[in-house]
Amino acid sequence: MTSLLEQTPSLLNVVLLALAAVALLAVVLGFVTYAIYFERKIIGWMQLRPGPNRVGPLGLLQTVADVAKLLLKEDTRPKSADKALFALAPVLAYGPAFAVLAVMPFSENIGFADLGIGVLYYIALSSITILGVITAGWASNNKWSLIGGLRSAAQMISYEVPLVMSVVGIILMTGSLNLRDIVEAQRDVWNIIPQFFAFCVFLIAAQAELNRSPFDLPEAESELVAGYHVEYSGFRFAMFMLAEYVYMFGMGSLITILFLGGWLPPIEALGFIPGIVWFILKFSLYVFLQFWLRATMPRIRADQLMSFAWKGLLPVALINILLTAFFVSYSNGSF
Amino acid sequence: MNLSLPEELTGKTGLRTEEMILNVGPQHPSTHGVFRLVAKIDGETIKEAIPVMGYLHRGTEKLAENLTYTQIIPYTDRLDYLASMTNNYVFCHAVETMMGLEIPDRAEYLRVIVMELQRIASHFVWWGTYLLDIGAIGPFLYAFRDRETIIELFAELSGARLTYNYMRIGGVKWDAPPGWIDKVSEFVQYMKKELDNYHRLVSGNEIFVNRLTGVGTYSREMALDYSLSGVMLRCTGEKWDLRKDEPYSIYDRFDFDVPTSTDGDCMARYHLRLEEIVQSLRIVEQAVAQFPKDGEIMGKVPRVIRPPAGETFVRIEAPRGELGVYIASQGKDKPWRMKLRRPSFVNLQILPDLLRGENISNMIAILGSIDIVVGEVDA
Repeated sequence: MTSLLEQTPSLLNVVLLALAAVALLAVVLGFVTYAIYFERKIIGWMQLRPGPNRVGPLGLLQTVADVAKLLLKEDTRPKSADKALFALAPVLAYGPAFAVLAVMPFSENIGFADLGIGVLYYIALSSITILGVITAGWASNNKWSLIGGLRSAAQMISYEVPLVMSVVGIILMTGSLNLRDIVEAQRDVWNIIPQFFAFCVFLIAAQAELNRSPFDLPEAESELVAGYHVEYSGFRFAMFMLAEYVYMFGMGSLITILFLGGWLPPIEALGFIPGIVWFILKFSLYVFLQFWLRATMPRIRADQLMSFAWKGLLPVALINILLTAFFVSYSNGSF
Repeated sequence: MNLSLPEELTGKTGLRTEEMILNVGPQHPSTHGVFRLVAKIDGETIKEAIPVMGYLHRGTEKLAENLTYTQIIPYTDRLDYLASMTNNYVFCHAVETMMGLEIPDRAEYLRVIVMELQRIASHFVWWGTYLLDIGAIGPFLYAFRDRETIIELFAELSGARLTYNYMRIGGVKWDAPPGWIDKVSEFVQYMKKELDNYHRLVSGNEIFVNRLTGVGTYSREMALDYSLSGVMLRCTGEKWDLRKDEPYSIYDRFDFDVPTSTDGDCMARYHLRLEEIVQSLRIVEQAVAQFPKDGEIMGKVPRVIRPPAGETFVRIEAPRGELGVYIASQGKDKPWRMKLRRPSFVNLQILPDLLRGENISNMIAILGSIDIVVGEVDA
């Protein structure tokens, strides 16, 4: 598939690429549909409830029904909202969520763009979503939205720093920003072992980036009612939701690639199982962790959240960079 | 804690800050009903918070003047709807005191058992919803699972799940059905073990502890000045529990402790409420063991209840604090005046003081720790 990008553009190439993109979109939307279903089911079981079980067999069509409902809802907009920005915000939040998936190598041969700066691309693009969130908070002309939007912006920017810093260690070890190279470099041992501190920092910072429990402050229901999307309903709201779950897909893929060896099997002997199966397994483990945390954790307080990012995670990430740099130079024989 | 920038800094950078009025409720999900709080905030700091009450006002006290004494009992169910049994009791207790009625032993034991179970059920709801306020959704459902057992027991006894209308002047309406007492003691044994899981799930959680420790602190003097009662008072170190200090009903027959703490913060209140569940379980356990094999459940009560002219005030320890009833009678079958001392209402008065200068993210934690029931605040 990557070879398509390198050929001269022709009608066939463009059509093939477009079809592949649509296929990926379908996979992602399918994931979102059933991630929501499983989230509700799993959290339901953890909380002594059956979860959705009415629409379709075992409630499998619940999310479909929900989406249909959201689509058919009247598109309401507060009278005093900033019309243009109000409409733009969901798109700003949602666009980059899909765009980051372009660089994900899902297995040896499933993947789209093979950018040399894959990691950088992901991080840069995912930051755009903050704009969508803060725009939504501002444009709604609602005090709760504004507080939610500002909190969100502060949180996402703060946690982006340790997130990026934790990846630097891997980049030092691999010597490449390309995601494919990073996976290939984990043939002997997955990054989670030599980069364990980075993994912890990344995992925590990713929670905050995704606005998920215990860092779900921006949409803290019991405090901020619903945060930045309090005024959104219908499909505009669905786009925020979709963006959130697509990011979960993106972050799950990224963490699998960076730390869990991507499509590589845990031991060489299991190499006969296709890489994509391993990828999905590791990825599902991460997604399950999300649901588990959500069912268990209380929400952290805003000011403690900030000090945790700057005083807790960032120093750990920096020390990790220092140690990695030392070991890499040492093994290169620079000392 | 003041987060706003010093004046000379704002002058130089041209930054202008502005105060904002934030309306919390009456439909806010964490105000536990229709309570409203108007907060003046500067950034994320609360400058002033004004509670607005009355959205659930039903005029219970006025209505009571046109109802016979027995007819008032179902109205008391709807005051603190999480603790209907104690509300029932305090009203019956007031009338019984006026009339000098003798209550049969069996009725007294039934009353104590249901009142203590009610206290446990009420604290479960508090525990669950407080954790919900803090952002954890799981504990809420665990608490409701265990509260369900109590509600089922009450339903078996009175036929209702929330507004029991169980007590009557002179006793209780229904006797315990066969096997009911065994079910109660079964629940007590189960709950003694299950409570450890509550602690394991929540009490040690780092995020939870950090959010509550040192938040919403006030001193013993302040608590007394505001006339706080119940856990709100005991968390400051004042050991005051009417069940011990002014025993009513048959509370002097049981052996139990009054847990106190000197921290005076949200965390202290959290632990005290859970500790109260343990003590209530102890009382229920003893009451079940001493439960008389047979006997009347209603004392000798005149057909029409006409307390002698005069007035009386009785108070009991409800789950939320001191619940008092004042009745002025003119010797008729209806009270001339009824006045309720509602602990939720009184405890809430300290809220503006606690919120001043706090960060808004502490607002919900502090409000939740007061444990209000809007039905009781507004009456």
